[in-house]
Amino acid sequence: MSATTIVNLPDQSTARIPKMNFLTKENGLLSWLLTGDHKRIATLYLISITFFFFIGGALAGLIRLELLTPQTDLMAADTYNKVFTMHGVIMVFLFLVPSVPATIGNFIIPIMVGAKDLALPKINLLSWYLYIIAGCMVIYTMAAGGVDTGWTFTTPLSTHYLNTHVISTGLAIFVAGFSSIFTGLNFIVTIHKMRAPGMTWFRLPLFVWSNYAASILMVLGTPVLAITLVLVVLERTLNIGVFDPAKGGDPLLFQHLFWFYSHPAVYIMILPGMGVISEVISTFSRKRVFGYTAVAFSSVAIAVFAFFVWAHHMFIMGISNYSMLVFSLLTMLVAVPSAIKIFNWAFTLYKGSITFETPMLYAFGFMGLFTIGGMTGVFLGASGTDIHLTETYFIVAHFHFVMVGGMLMAFLAGIHFWWPKWTGRMYPEKISQLAAIVTFIGFNFTFFPQFILGTLGMPRRYAAYPAEFQSLNVFSTAGATILGVGYLLPILYLTWSLKYGEIAGDNPWQATGLEWTIQSPPLTENFVEIPIVDHEAYDYEWLEKKQQKEVASVG
Amino acid sequence: MSDSTATANGALAEAGDAHHGEHPAYQRHHFESVGQQFDATNFAMWLFLLTEIMFFGGLFTAYMIMRNWYYPAFVEASHQLNIGWGTGNTAVLITSSFTMAMGVWSAEMRKKGLLVLFLVLTFILGLAFLGIKTIEYSEKWEKHHIPGIRYSTQAFTNPQSDPEVYKEYHDKPLSPDMASKTEMYFFLYFAMTGMHALHMIIGISILGFMIVRARAGAYTTGHVTYVENFGLYWHFVDIVWIFLFPLLYLISRH
Repeated sequence: MSATTIVNLPDQSTARIPKMNFLTKENGLLSWLLTGDHKRIATLYLISITFFFFIGGALAGLIRLELLTPQTDLMAADTYNKVFTMHGVIMVFLFLVPSVPATIGNFIIPIMVGAKDLALPKINLLSWYLYIIAGCMVIYTMAAGGVDTGWTFTTPLSTHYLNTHVISTGLAIFVAGFSSIFTGLNFIVTIHKMRAPGMTWFRLPLFVWSNYAASILMVLGTPVLAITLVLVVLERTLNIGVFDPAKGGDPLLFQHLFWFYSHPAVYIMILPGMGVISEVISTFSRKRVFGYTAVAFSSVAIAVFAFFVWAHHMFIMGISNYSMLVFSLLTMLVAVPSAIKIFNWAFTLYKGSITFETPMLYAFGFMGLFTIGGMTGVFLGASGTDIHLTETYFIVAHFHFVMVGGMLMAFLAGIHFWWPKWTGRMYPEKISQLAAIVTFIGFNFTFFPQFILGTLGMPRRYAAYPAEFQSLNVFSTAGATILGVGYLLPILYLTWSLKYGEIAGDNPWQATGLEWTIQSPPLTENFVEIPIVDHEAYDYEWLEKKQQKEVASVG
Repeated sequence: MSDSTATANGALAEAGDAHHGEHPAYQRHHFESVGQQFDATNFAMWLFLLTEIMFFGGLFTAYMIMRNWYYPAFVEASHQLNIGWGTGNTAVLITSSFTMAMGVWSAEMRKKGLLVLFLVLTFILGLAFLGIKTIEYSEKWEKHHIPGIRYSTQAFTNPQSDPEVYKEYHDKPLSPDMASKTEMYFFLYFAMTGMHALHMIIGISILGFMIVRARAGAYTTGHVTYVENFGLYWHFVDIVWIFLFPLLYLISRH
């Protein structure tokens, strides 16, 4: 009999959530605000990034609503500039960068490597507080009137020509940057120094590998953004001129420094998502990830290449033809490790016993949408086509395919996948499958028309557009509405499941991996005894044999 | 089944808490051994210093590019720096690194008195550095060399107006356009030394906290991680100065 589901729940009439777990160990607000437990900090992060996701999402809704008609009728052009800037700032720095690492990574990495906590629990808590401070500063900026530079803070626009709140936004991102540096630093130390006995580098789950690669980017890239923003803030406050051509400064230097971080930041956002996909694909096709080593090293390769492609954001900004040539070529190279991942996942599926639980649906969504996002990235990396396509809706569609279609899908896949471990309860399967499909359909309706709009030449960042673009924009706005429903649903049913979901038991997916050997929700110290690892990651044959042995010994 | 193991787990976890006594008090509960704790925090400190290198790296890049573009302006502007104060400050900082290293050694040897002494010496030397820096900054203020706020290019369009510097270097007058680029030099000077001074201030504040703790005997029980990691930070800030000093003061002296 071919199984339609691998979900294996304990008998609901007798099963109970374990009385002693990390959620119930201590009570009261202070026990949360002063916690050192990585799982509690992850929970705090999850709540806060969801909050900011919905602010950013509401702003996206306003953008799409404005673009429903060719005129600027919902808001003035200035307001529109502020809305898309705040949307970008919030989504990039307060949602995408911390999304998977600070929530799922924080929760699961120490368990995956077999440790009781991250190496530096206090630094971990500090990182959350820094995030909250940054979030408050962004909210202050919005309340005080917003900022309209675009999330890229292009100089000299941001330093000389605008009277909006560039300083508070810049400082907010500076603070958020340190939050992300501390997360990355903690992960690297934990992965190096806290692995359980027997947990060699090549027994680590691929989620750990990809977060390790992303952490390298956080640690090396973010400080450069920090100093760049300090210079922008100084330029506004003290009127100095490193980026001001009138004083002999160089606006291109700003671009170089900004994109030296912000291009790797794209991989900070996507790599942890790729890790989630590896876990999910393997679990729901009951197979070891094909080419484990290649997938592991492709993460590291992406991290390395990430630092050598930044100037492809600057092809129309007056860099030399030779650097265009070189950066164009290097950009193409990123396609190689990305393709290694996609092909290896496809080969993992091949002849696997595939089932279609919600995380798997999201993972399929990721594979399709990320591939489209990645392929269109090649159009933009080729300097010739880039000159035609950049600053149009093509580029908007491209990075939304990667960031929303890729990362957000992966984030939701991960949230659903580890939800039973996190809360001890299952989410409702049918409605969440519906949500995954609604999201996929809504997403394509929203962003696919934007590729066409871009090739037709509709520029990004304008509140008004020629009337002939309206039909495609109406499509896009309608799709955004569907997408909005797709994102609201999980909030509702996941909250519902906290109380009414089925008891999940230790290992509802019958998955391998250390996190599935402990109770759900886990104890504060994760493991009663530090495990000794004697098998490879995703070794489903090993798991099967072990279960057979257990059955035999019981009988 | 999961339920019963869970209760058993809970009970064991309780038991686990109980035999904390076997470890030294400073071992955090989530580490398996003191060695692991030391390794991890030490490694974390090195990584943090790596981020600091990238942080300063942005400024060094800007300096390198601007210096290439506006070489004459950078040469003449650097003549305005007082090499005596700069050398003095370098000596102060290197000495403070020595006292800090001795502090780490005293902590390792569990000599409380010596540790407090060396930390206090480091503290004083750190303050001395900032004091000298203040003198230098106020000199810039008097000479109208504060970019963006109080700036005049007179000393570069007409070098003889500054006889002290002129006597030593006999600088040629710069064109007004190039002379205006000296402001860039002074901006980078203030940004780099200011960022360095900020690190010094943070370091000195931590030192003050450590002196109080060291007097209570916190670092002389065999747990030297904190002192050692702070030592790394202090040496790092020192090394940043070792790069700043030649770049800003020395390489344009002929």
